[in-house]
Amino acid sequence: MSRDLNNPFSPFTGRRCPEGADEGRRQHGQTMALPLTCLPASSPRERGEESLPRAAAPFLGFARLLRRHAFAIAPEQTTSFMQAVTLLGPRSMSDIREAALATLAPSPDRRIEFEAHFRAHFYADARPSIAGEEDEETRIKDDRGTREEESQDPRQEKGGELSSAREQLSSRDFQRDADGLGAFRRRVASALPARRSFRTIRTRSRGTLDLRRSLSEIVSADGDIPSPQLRRRQTVPRKLLLLIDVSGSMKLHTSDYLKLAHAAVQSADRAEVFTFGTRLTRITSALRIRDRDQALARAAVLVDDWDGGTRMGPTLLAFLSVPRFSAFARGAAVVILSDALERGDHADLETAMRRLSARAFRLSLATPLAGDPRFRPATAALRAILPVLDDLVDGSSLKSLTDFILSLARPAPSAEAIWKRVS
Amino acid sequence: MTRADAEQIAASPEAVAARLAASRYLADDGLATAIFLAIRLGKPLLLEGAPGVGKTEAAKAVAELLGRELVRLQCYEGIDAAHALYEWNYQRQLLAIRHAGEHEIDIYDDRFLIARPLLQVLRAPEHRVLLVDEIDRSDHEFEALLLEFLSDFQISIPERGTIRAATQPIVILTSNRTRELAEALRRRCVYHWIGYPDAAREAEIIMLRAGDVAEATARAVANAVQQIRARPLAKPPGIAEAVEWANAATILEKGGNPWPEAFRRAIGLLIKDEEDLSAIAPELGRIVEESLA
Repeated sequence: MSRDLNNPFSPFTGRRCPEGADEGRRQHGQTMALPLTCLPASSPRERGEESLPRAAAPFLGFARLLRRHAFAIAPEQTTSFMQAVTLLGPRSMSDIREAALATLAPSPDRRIEFEAHFRAHFYADARPSIAGEEDEETRIKDDRGTREEESQDPRQEKGGELSSAREQLSSRDFQRDADGLGAFRRRVASALPARRSFRTIRTRSRGTLDLRRSLSEIVSADGDIPSPQLRRRQTVPRKLLLLIDVSGSMKLHTSDYLKLAHAAVQSADRAEVFTFGTRLTRITSALRIRDRDQALARAAVLVDDWDGGTRMGPTLLAFLSVPRFSAFARGAAVVILSDALERGDHADLETAMRRLSARAFRLSLATPLAGDPRFRPATAALRAILPVLDDLVDGSSLKSLTDFILSLARPAPSAEAIWKRVS
Repeated sequence: MTRADAEQIAASPEAVAARLAASRYLADDGLATAIFLAIRLGKPLLLEGAPGVGKTEAAKAVAELLGRELVRLQCYEGIDAAHALYEWNYQRQLLAIRHAGEHEIDIYDDRFLIARPLLQVLRAPEHRVLLVDEIDRSDHEFEALLLEFLSDFQISIPERGTIRAATQPIVILTSNRTRELAEALRRRCVYHWIGYPDAAREAEIIMLRAGDVAEATARAVANAVQQIRARPLAKPPGIAEAVEWANAATILEKGGNPWPEAFRRAIGLLIKDEEDLSAIAPELGRIVEESLA
């Protein structure tokens, strides 16, 4: 390891310096006579920014540019970037590009954007035009790369209309518990179905022998065998995956569903939320914002297909075709909040649901239509997917939905059996 | 082998690529550069990519390139310190206590210590390469543990004290990206995303990896696989599957099946999902014909 990494003075920011007072003087130039003992290091390279070769400036600038565009670049990554460039020669621009890719590690989703910035910075291209990937049938949007700072309250102005809007919001906040989500928030984390983890916990009863702890007991008791120490495999809650239909036919319910999703993300350990209509959007990190109104406002911006049509089958297939996303479904409790009114051919929907149920621990569909006592799963699409569903439940009110989610850990007869009995 | 030797072997990205090719692994420029930088900067190498693009193979090739033994730690959900770092052999310890009777005995002796992969590598960093495979399968707790290991290269054993690596070992991590890794881990590593190769390179890989596959067959397989990957399949075929497909088709052809037929019959080695099979079946004939042409 090169000793540069231990350099107390970050060449990138030029800010971190053991002797803070000394910094200003050094920036004024080296003409001032400084007592040598004041310098943090003796070699010129370690003394600071002004002693970096001039050619290093573009690399620092590039890291700064990336950081401005919400790439997470750590100072040590910048250091390794410059070390890498030095190691490679660099003999060509492609050396620099590869060094940047290897050390600054842009996530593969943002690779195109990264390359555009690279060209803009090092080839002095025009401003990068970063367009979304248009080639996919179903557009997938992942909110991961977005900046947390943007989530701050946008209503900063002190205008009359705006403050009245704020008042309205806070009054709504006041009624938070009126929708029963407070109780849901408190209980959901412990009410989710559990699985046995590979890790073990100490226990006094019902467990297997913990050899390590028993042995140390035996040794400390000088060869006597006191009561054996036991351990048991820990149980951890399963993941919760919510897929929310935001198409026009669900208009009345989406805002309730999002509130529910926010409560779930806030309290459950591992919850993921996606919306789908004609596109698929991941809104989990938007919902991680604590304040509900801010979180929902942020989610609203992310989703492009509010109140449009539904292409439930294709969007769910798109969900499954991204390995990262379909891994969320593996072993999870999957709850789809939709009326499942698929226009036209439902073959895609059937395939998607079958694949989902093969991955999920429990696959449930909550439809607002089931709030009507006369509801029967009569549409062709619903009849086709009924055999793979674990539950088909009423999603018309928050109350019934929260009750259902809190009961996910309890076994229930399959959806097909229940609805056969009814009809 | 000392660190200087390793640096000598990795003189430039081209030298690395040439040596990898000698151990039958074709790396593109990006991967060769990443490996070169990982060795020279002394940082762990993080390889990400879809399943079957040759991440684990790359690690094996690096170990071979350096003439070191590969120690593999396969991650899974719930993996813990006892599986990754070390474990005491309690049964032997108990027996030893019994056996010793009145004599003094050190039950924390080396012979009672079972070294797991991380400790194995720490003990002989100049002879071993550590592969942490599919780190995305482990949970966050293990990632944190690994982070600590990767930053200091030391392990504390309460009964024995701290074991430190004499020199910095070479570590390769792979991930299928089924979940996002912690930023802190990515930051510490040299990173490379392995994509699917283009048709020409894939044909070369098939030639190199498969037993005795004719060049024309390899090229046809590569073309066909490229086309199949472009379709929305649940599991797009990886490079390993393409190699097996080429092998199987060659064997079938020698057994008396004519060309397009041999490919069709061996399809079970390329696509291993019933739904994908039925989705691709109607077009398979045309894809194979076009690729052979």
